[in-house]
Amino acid sequence: MSGNNLTVKERLAIPRVTMSELDPSGRSGNFLEVNTGLSKEQAMREAQRCLKCKDAPCVDGCPVQIDIPGFVAAIAEDDFHTASVILHRDNALPAVCGRVCPQEVQCEARCVLGVKGKPVAIGYLERFAADWALNHGVKPERKHLPGSSGKSVAVIGCGPAGITAAAELAAKGHSLKIFEALHDTGGVLRYGIPEFRLPKEIVDTEVARLASMGVEIECNVVVGKTITLRQVRDEYDAVFIGNGAGLPVMLGIPGENLKGVYSANEYLTRVNLMGAGQSADCATPIIRGRNVAVIGGGNTAMDCVRVARRLGAERAMLVYRRSEAEMPARLEEIKHAKEEGVELILLTAPLEIIADGEGWSSALRCQKMQLGEPDASGRRKPVPIPGEIFDLEADVVINALGTRANPLLTSTEPELALNRWKNIEADEDGATSLHRVYAGGDIVRGGATVILAMGDGKKAAAAIHEILSGSVARLEKLFQAG
Amino acid sequence: MFEVIDNEMLAPNLHRIVVRAPRIAAARKAGQFVIIRVEKGGERIPLTIGDADSSRGTITLFVQAVGATTRKLVAIPVKGHMRDVAGPLGMPTIIETWGRVVCVGGGVGTAVLYPMARALAEAGNEVTSIIGGRSGELVILADELSEFSAETLITTEDGSLGRQGFVTTVLDELLRDPARSPNAVFAVGPVPMMRAVVEMTRSRGIKTIVSLNPIMIDGTGMCGGCRVLIGGETRFACVDGPEFDGHLVDFDNLTDRLTTYREHECRAVAQISVNREAA
Repeated sequence: MSGNNLTVKERLAIPRVTMSELDPSGRSGNFLEVNTGLSKEQAMREAQRCLKCKDAPCVDGCPVQIDIPGFVAAIAEDDFHTASVILHRDNALPAVCGRVCPQEVQCEARCVLGVKGKPVAIGYLERFAADWALNHGVKPERKHLPGSSGKSVAVIGCGPAGITAAAELAAKGHSLKIFEALHDTGGVLRYGIPEFRLPKEIVDTEVARLASMGVEIECNVVVGKTITLRQVRDEYDAVFIGNGAGLPVMLGIPGENLKGVYSANEYLTRVNLMGAGQSADCATPIIRGRNVAVIGGGNTAMDCVRVARRLGAERAMLVYRRSEAEMPARLEEIKHAKEEGVELILLTAPLEIIADGEGWSSALRCQKMQLGEPDASGRRKPVPIPGEIFDLEADVVINALGTRANPLLTSTEPELALNRWKNIEADEDGATSLHRVYAGGDIVRGGATVILAMGDGKKAAAAIHEILSGSVARLEKLFQAG
Repeated sequence: MFEVIDNEMLAPNLHRIVVRAPRIAAARKAGQFVIIRVEKGGERIPLTIGDADSSRGTITLFVQAVGATTRKLVAIPVKGHMRDVAGPLGMPTIIETWGRVVCVGGGVGTAVLYPMARALAEAGNEVTSIIGGRSGELVILADELSEFSAETLITTEDGSLGRQGFVTTVLDELLRDPARSPNAVFAVGPVPMMRAVVEMTRSRGIKTIVSLNPIMIDGTGMCGGCRVLIGGETRFACVDGPEFDGHLVDFDNLTDRLTTYREHECRAVAQISVNREAA
């Protein structure tokens, strides 16, 4: 079958593929990946739905500007190798993005097919081609030898922003070094996103791919503490800072320092990075909880509540102060969570965590809310319904409200300009107030997504490459010579 | 991997471990700590940096083998390796010229106290050190502290070394003596000891700094597991501390939070004993 010779009518007649998933009753007791991926036939058939629009609006919806019609057409033609090569040109982590990107508000939201029907399943196809490349050991395209430019760049933080910036710059022939604060790579991909959504084997393989491009990674280096940004600047021609999210925002309600109360970061780090609860002999402990209440409505809250369910919670509850329509989490996460028996307790705000008399959480006291007038975010603002207060039994309470700026590096570099939230101030290219220092991801945006961080890494890499090799470098050389 | 250069048993279950970590040795200041992981799959635990030698690129850790991880840690032989060492973390001790200061150390807390006391002495303070333990063999670093302390006073609960009693007994005498009463007190040790010291200095209005060791994972402010209540406000020991004004610390909350994983720890330690017997 020649996948690209179909008529528009024939393409429109193909129904959107359904991702096959593990059975909810079984999967809610283990950490296996929920989405099992498309078969070769499913992927080709789905790819044939693409109308190959000339202006490709989907590409504009992608923060890293993947050539979506290009790789989709290659899948339709049964040329998965080419599809994966096209993907990797613009995306250092396609197997990750194919799993965790909110496609429904990005590429797929722009798909012309979505106007009357369902958009092409671009995310599923991205995952398919990326997995194919991982399974077939497709080597990265290498136009330049590592270090051939004679320039060196340091990347601070081995998360999505840093990995992307490093991959882009290494491919241009610069010598790259990544400093990572934790003992392992991947940043939020490792400590934040659970195994059932993003198997860590994928992170390992993507990082190994980076290493195969000649990128050096040193873990256990906390820039700002172990070495200063000044030292890094002195040693490298340019620096990209992608050191990620910082301190968790606390609830600010009575009882939040009781035992059994976690921040989402702590809960997820224990389970995802340290392996707590996943084997009987794990060195890092975790309180499992019979009744677990997670406060928040984003992807992190979803991850926590689904982890809690897998660790054996009889009631895994998500407590959110608005309604389901306002939840910032990906639609797929909400769907999966519900299938797994997660209870959504909506229009509910936490007031207090009640102790059991021995310092442990026993209940979450809640205030029932209703939606009022739209607020600054355009969403209807939740307001308390007077007198409607109730207690939810909860021996574990997890706060997934988000994070504040990470102070470790910025507090030790007074010359680095920060915004009012103490995040690094950076322009569109990621340039900061310091010469040849760029930044992106959560340290600039506050809390954002993997793909937005990657987009930042990519833009900054292009700008860094420009100053290291382009007209700016030539001007600087002239200036020095003159 | 971080090579163990020296591993000496100072007292039963108490080891001085010297490990090669050149970047940390160069950057470290008194009061800061590292997070270590013994092996792949191991837990992350915080340990105060007792000393450092930047020319040799080494740091010194004092480790009391009480839990599963610390037992594995003290068992690493010379030329063996720790999987991970990250730091220096936390804020350094704020070294001011107080004049007369008293440094109080209990058990392994003396190891945390030692670099603080030395930095205070180097800054021109007159340092009196009071250190104690259950018995004489558990009192550490007495000679090292004597090198710069005007006086080094030792107490043991069983009277096997120095005065019989608690460090607080000796501190109380100093506080009552106008000629010896300090302008500031630094106390590091078990939570009940620090709490007792703080209660003694509170009414006299003597500034008292304590070093807290709550449960910690990343040590970089990311998880908030190490949160402590300071003057009614939530602070993170890893980035805001580990040293705080003792008069503002909510010791009840700290004591309680430290027991969160007691059951798990008991199980893990029991497992080690079983494994040893089997081997």
